[in-house]
Amino acid sequence: METIDKSACADCPINTPINLKRLGSVEAKYDCLIALAGNPNTGKSTVFNRLTGLKQHTGNWPGKTVSRAEGGFALNDRKFRIVDLPGTYSLLSTSTDEEIARDFILFGQPDVTLIVVDATRLERNLNLVLQILEITDRAVLCLNLIDEAERHGITIDTRSLSRDLGIPVVPAAAREGRGISELLKSIEEVIEGKFICKPHRIKNLLPEIEAAILGLSNKIENLYPGISNARWIAMRLLEGDQKMIDAIKNGGIVEIIGRNMSNNGQAKIDKG
Amino acid sequence: MIKDNDKTDILEDANRLRYEMGPNFHEHVVESIYADAAEITGRSVLQQNQPGKFNFDRVIDKIVTGKITGIPIMFLMLAIVFWLTVAGANVPSAMIASVLVDTLHPVLREFGQGVGLPWWLNGVIFDGAYLAAAWVVSVMLPPMAIFFPLFTLLEDFGYLPRVAFNLDGLFRKAGAHGKQALTMSMGFGCNAAGIISARIIDSPRERLIAIITNNFSLCNGRWPTQILISTIFIGSLVPAHLAGIVSAAAVVGITLLGISFMFIVSFVLSKTILKGEASAFSLELPPYRPPQILQTLYTSLIDRTLFVLWRAVVFAVPAGIVIYSSANFHIGDLSIAEHFIHWANPFGLLLGLNGIILLAYIIAIPANEIVVPTILMLTTLMVKSLGLGSGAGIMFELDSVADTAMILHAGGWTTLTGINLMLFSLLHNPCSTTIYTIYKETGSVKWTVIATFLPILMGFLICYLVASLWGIL
Repeated sequence: METIDKSACADCPINTPINLKRLGSVEAKYDCLIALAGNPNTGKSTVFNRLTGLKQHTGNWPGKTVSRAEGGFALNDRKFRIVDLPGTYSLLSTSTDEEIARDFILFGQPDVTLIVVDATRLERNLNLVLQILEITDRAVLCLNLIDEAERHGITIDTRSLSRDLGIPVVPAAAREGRGISELLKSIEEVIEGKFICKPHRIKNLLPEIEAAILGLSNKIENLYPGISNARWIAMRLLEGDQKMIDAIKNGGIVEIIGRNMSNNGQAKIDKG
Repeated sequence: MIKDNDKTDILEDANRLRYEMGPNFHEHVVESIYADAAEITGRSVLQQNQPGKFNFDRVIDKIVTGKITGIPIMFLMLAIVFWLTVAGANVPSAMIASVLVDTLHPVLREFGQGVGLPWWLNGVIFDGAYLAAAWVVSVMLPPMAIFFPLFTLLEDFGYLPRVAFNLDGLFRKAGAHGKQALTMSMGFGCNAAGIISARIIDSPRERLIAIITNNFSLCNGRWPTQILISTIFIGSLVPAHLAGIVSAAAVVGITLLGISFMFIVSFVLSKTILKGEASAFSLELPPYRPPQILQTLYTSLIDRTLFVLWRAVVFAVPAGIVIYSSANFHIGDLSIAEHFIHWANPFGLLLGLNGIILLAYIIAIPANEIVVPTILMLTTLMVKSLGLGSGAGIMFELDSVADTAMILHAGGWTTLTGINLMLFSLLHNPCSTTIYTIYKETGSVKWTVIATFLPILMGFLICYLVASLWGIL
């Protein structure tokens, strides 16, 4: 078995050994689905390669991942499929990249969305994180390039960040393999319900907009009890997103609810 | 059960609220997100102020994206990469050729004769298919194994987005996408790879422009032709001590000409059949990062070099069979190749080329690399008195430039032929691998046909004009 644990925690007795097995390309059967999202050029493909053992091409320029890459890995008897989404700065516009990422996080029903951010550009990266947290409530933040941040004299209080965002935050330097096993542990905790995410929802809205979103999302919640991203759906409807309008019209929205109902329990097994 | 009128109710509600809130909803939401992000960052990020600390990235950026220094540095970098590729590839190329062509080929032929293969079958298999594959491997593998890793190192370091930044203004003026600078640079390695990389361009219109004009980037397969012909025909025009520099300058000139054609054609396309405004895009200049050298070597060798090489071999094998057959199978007294050459020669001469070159470009369509060996084979076939090469009708390349020059001069080549061959090598149809890639990427026969015939028509026109001017002068 190949382990990739290079961090200091590897030898620490508190740390349960991580049994990561890289499975390379996609296997038909898997237990959990992970979406890999983040701004362009934050190292998503590097994290992807670390986890799957694949050699997706990485390069230091935004927009390099041109097609959706999928791979697999196994962790403590659980098989994962991981999908490397194109890097985007937001999920609100109509560009192809953003639509692919947005639709996958919403309709692809990942069990966990792993968000990779550049620790040296946290504020800008958080814009995307906050949008993702409106859509899904099961996410893990990978604070990548932490070594670069340290070099630039940037210190990040990960506990405060985790509290504010309501999701696990793991500092990492994926190129060196730092933080990968901690990342896997956090993913496991979220899937097993040991860490219950309380995702940050957008504050600082103008009162009339807040009221409009609230009114609409209440109606959506009444219609689809148990839905957890009613606010996002309301916001998309208020933006006039045709795909969302269609999803309501033709009932595609029910699938999203199905996923959200079983939210804090065990992950579904044998999805493939 | 969810009732339909409940759904309509929600949608109508949303519509009404949208109308009430006016068009600024999107901006307000984005502003709130920004405000939240700033608050959270403020609570968790501690930035130590280090006044006066040397900012490595900013200093490099000032130079490599500077108004005056940016573009010359870019050309210098490209020139260094090309020089390393050309200079470094010679030795391993010769070594592979000596094994595959000089040593293994005669052994295989004898083996074929030994097991009693008829002459034509032995010829088709070993002189045709095997030799074409061997040539492609020995000529293509070393330059690709040098060029792609070098290019990837520049990419990992973070230089490519700066190239896009420098050229963005020019591309915008041409009605094309700034990211076309990236696909263009990839094309200098391999047009097929450049065309695949055009996926980074969102707008279908600009992506098509990038795909159609990628052929104007001289690819790996064409560099050797350019360098050889330039050495023979341009370098010989000046005193010996200047020959190297002048012939290198001629190659750089052809490269720049290719880039100018790329801009001109992009401009014309964006004003005619692909009309539209250049779309805005944001390109973040990433920080410079030390490249991971081993990882880079591995991925560029596996993903790019071997991948492209395999496709070239797959296409070269049938081409080798065609080349061999055309030179060795006869109709009447003459081989098929000779028939065609006699027929095409007048047209070739009108273009300042000749029938041999035209035939070579037709049968060597799978890979530009085998154009020069094919030309040499056909020339010795036509000029039988030379008694050179391993016999007529088999592809070969000569060890010394002087021998090659002698054959070409005996074949009636002049300086004009050399210049026009360089132009034609720049402006002709893409190789079959690239044509297939264009079809796969665009999914359209129409655009594939345009991308294929546009450059060759331009090539005919330019060569004809140069030949006519040459005649007048």
